[in-house]
Amino acid sequence: MSAGVGVDLENLWIRFGDFVAVRDANVNIKGGDFFSFLGPSGCGKTTILRAVSGFLEPSEGNILIGGKNMKGVGPNKRPTALIFQNLALFPLMKVWENIAFSMEIKGASAGERRKRADELLEMIALEGQGDKLPSELSGGQRQRVAIARALCAEPHVLLLDEPLSALDLKLRQHMRTELREIQKRVGITFIYITHDQGEALTMSDSIAVMRAGVIDQIGDGKTIYNDPATPFAASFVGENNVFRGKVKQVSGDRVLVQSNRSGELLARVSTANVGKMKEGDSAMIFIRPEAFELARTGTEGDHYVSARVVNEEFEGNVFNIFMEGDGGKEIKVSLPNHGQSFDSHKGETMTLRYDVRNAVAMPAGVLATE
Amino acid sequence: MNTSLIRVSVWIYLAIFFAYLLGPLVIMSATAFNSPAFPSATPWECLTFDWFSALFQDARILNGIKNSLIIGAGTVVLSVLMGLAGALLLTQIWPKLRATYYTIIIAPILIPGVVLGISTLVFWDRVNRMLGLGPDSALSSGLFLTVIGQSTFIASYCMLVLVARLQRYDVALTEAALDLGATHAQAFRKVLLPFMRPAIASSAVLAFLASFENYNTTTFTFGEYPTLTIELAQKVRYGISPAISSLAFIIVVLTVFAALANEALIRRRELVAAARRKATVAELTGGLKLPGFLSGNTAAVLLVVMGIGTVVVLGTAATYRPDQCIADVREQKRLEAEKRAEELRARRDAERKEKSTAEPAAPAPSTGAGNNSGSFGNVFNPGTLQDGATTPAPDAQGSTGSGGNSGFGGVFDPNALQGSGN
Ligand SMILES: Nc1ncnc2c1ncn2[C@@H]1O[C@H](COP(=O)(O)OP(=O)(O)OP(=O)(O)O)[C@@H](O)[C@H]1O
Ligand SMILES: [Mg+2]
Repeated sequence: MSAGVGVDLENLWIRFGDFVAVRDANVNIKGGDFFSFLGPSGCGKTTILRAVSGFLEPSEGNILIGGKNMKGVGPNKRPTALIFQNLALFPLMKVWENIAFSMEIKGASAGERRKRADELLEMIALEGQGDKLPSELSGGQRQRVAIARALCAEPHVLLLDEPLSALDLKLRQHMRTELREIQKRVGITFIYITHDQGEALTMSDSIAVMRAGVIDQIGDGKTIYNDPATPFAASFVGENNVFRGKVKQVSGDRVLVQSNRSGELLARVSTANVGKMKEGDSAMIFIRPEAFELARTGTEGDHYVSARVVNEEFEGNVFNIFMEGDGGKEIKVSLPNHGQSFDSHKGETMTLRYDVRNAVAMPAGVLATE
Repeated sequence: MNTSLIRVSVWIYLAIFFAYLLGPLVIMSATAFNSPAFPSATPWECLTFDWFSALFQDARILNGIKNSLIIGAGTVVLSVLMGLAGALLLTQIWPKLRATYYTIIIAPILIPGVVLGISTLVFWDRVNRMLGLGPDSALSSGLFLTVIGQSTFIASYCMLVLVARLQRYDVALTEAALDLGATHAQAFRKVLLPFMRPAIASSAVLAFLASFENYNTTTFTFGEYPTLTIELAQKVRYGISPAISSLAFIIVVLTVFAALANEALIRRRELVAAARRKATVAELTGGLKLPGFLSGNTAAVLLVVMGIGTVVVLGTAATYRPDQCIADVREQKRLEAEKRAEELRARRDAERKEKSTAEPAAPAPSTGAGNNSGSFGNVFNPGTLQDGATTPAPDAQGSTGSGGNSGFGGVFDPNALQGSGN
């Protein structure tokens, strides 16, 4: 199997009439990486993928695959294979014919095709099912057939458009690991599209977070999760509590924010925003539910938050406490379950402590849920 | 009480409905096996298969069938191709133009066939002349003009059928093929075309049937190639014979056969698919056990029954000779006619004896049932009129006196059959 090649998007713009679907995207994807585009529905993920696979001409900018500009190169001439959002298996062909379609195009004999299809069927753990029709397979099996069909074309880049979205939770989790394994085995570049942040985090070497045609942040999972660049990225990836306020004082990468409800809070300026925050600016601080710990009630300081408990729930691995928060939204706190006793504190005021490194500050902006 | 009333009226309604639909076909089929020369079912005289042999000896009918088949084939090819092209264009065209395009392409269905026929004739005549070709060029051949003329509107029917299927096509399939390295032509041939195959087949059948039964357009364009419908229409003008009923009967039987075969095939595929879905992997690889051809397949059972029925009928037809029966009937008729002639003569004699004022001849003697058909035969069948007059038929004696009545008599004359049958 061919080694993966890099994919570069340079100042990529894609417009549909007046509507801008992708706005000035700049992405460098390393060869052999598992790269994800993560964003809510309608943010332009599929559009980018269609441009990479050649079904759509960019309005501006360039797409380079393996360093070669793809302008004017048709989809059948690009070293990419796309796994469609709805799979698009050929309904009238048997499974093995589906898989070996790319060889049929090149004029391979039936014997050769059958042999290769059987190899791939074995790889996707569907031995002996080659003579079925796609409609006779389960959703997960179809999924794997689509992957095998794409791999059979020996692409340098495999493009996957939310391939797991139609599957149920259990199967989705299983397929995540399987996909990742297949990618390691074949060693080609995977560009993966999803609106599921769990999927993106578990599988990807690198993630691009997209919002309405704009790429907000590119980085590995840990960076995206721990050091979000924008309020959108902070609130879209994983759960987050937001504290709004005004910048009171900046020193290096530490910022003191006069919050609307919780007094003065000290936080770390996210890496992308160092030097961009000034006194008096509107700011947002994001602290994840699991970054809090309980403190002695009434303790005050710049890394303590006190609020009244409105609800509690036991989730098994964590104990969730919901407190009155800023702007009508509740503060969520998840305490890990070590077997300790959880007394109900409903209606009481509780005090929480956080590590300043885990509180990320940035200029105020649009949140994912708004 | 009330519900049973409703149920009864529903059954009555259904009976009337099906009688309305199928009654004419049944009656006509019956006339194909009855011996009188004018197609009739009710005074059942003799079971005969002669009308079928008469049919197969009729060169004009056979030639018409041949022309119809040739023209049908040509129309199928041309219409399906144009229909497919039209349907594909409809899905590709700029969305704002789609409604307009659709209207234009559907218009030929709304234009009367007569107009299409005339305009085809005029247009291609112009083209022919502009190209400086003579009247015997390919462009003015009846075959070419009829195929072209029929296709103008049959292609629209085909397009409607094809568009319906095409709307269920997922364009992503074509894109997937392209993505896997196929050229546009390969994607079309290997993915879209197989998907369209059922619709192409049904539009081909539709096109063939529409072509086969077309009269309005063809009547202007057929030239030296009269189709079956044209031949039939011309025949009917000079008298109708049960040979035509037998042709109709054959068409009905073929249609029923085709429908049953199609149904049986579909059912069979369903059964196979159901069996496959239930089969385990081991069963699938270890050779599929097909369900018996007939099990759970009513259409197939009916098909087999009809097949056996056909063989039996053909066998009977090969050995059965209705000559005796026909002779009997003829004899009987002759006796009747003689008796009537006798009576007439007796009455005339009596009249003459009375020496009262001379009276014109009595109305033509005719049996009650024969009267209706006889009057028809007179209108449609000048041929038999001559036959009846020239051949010394037994009942010609019966109608002596007034020449106009010989037309009635001719219809009853079994000898006249040969005249109209050939
Ligand atoms: N052919 C088109 N013409 C006009 N607008 C389009 C076209 N294709 C996509 N869009 C618009 O571009 C935007 C991005 O669409 P896209 O399909 O890339 O979304 P997505 O991120 O893949 O969403 P999802 O997760 O729901 O698949 C949408 O607002 C959509 O309406
Ligand atoms: Mg999409």
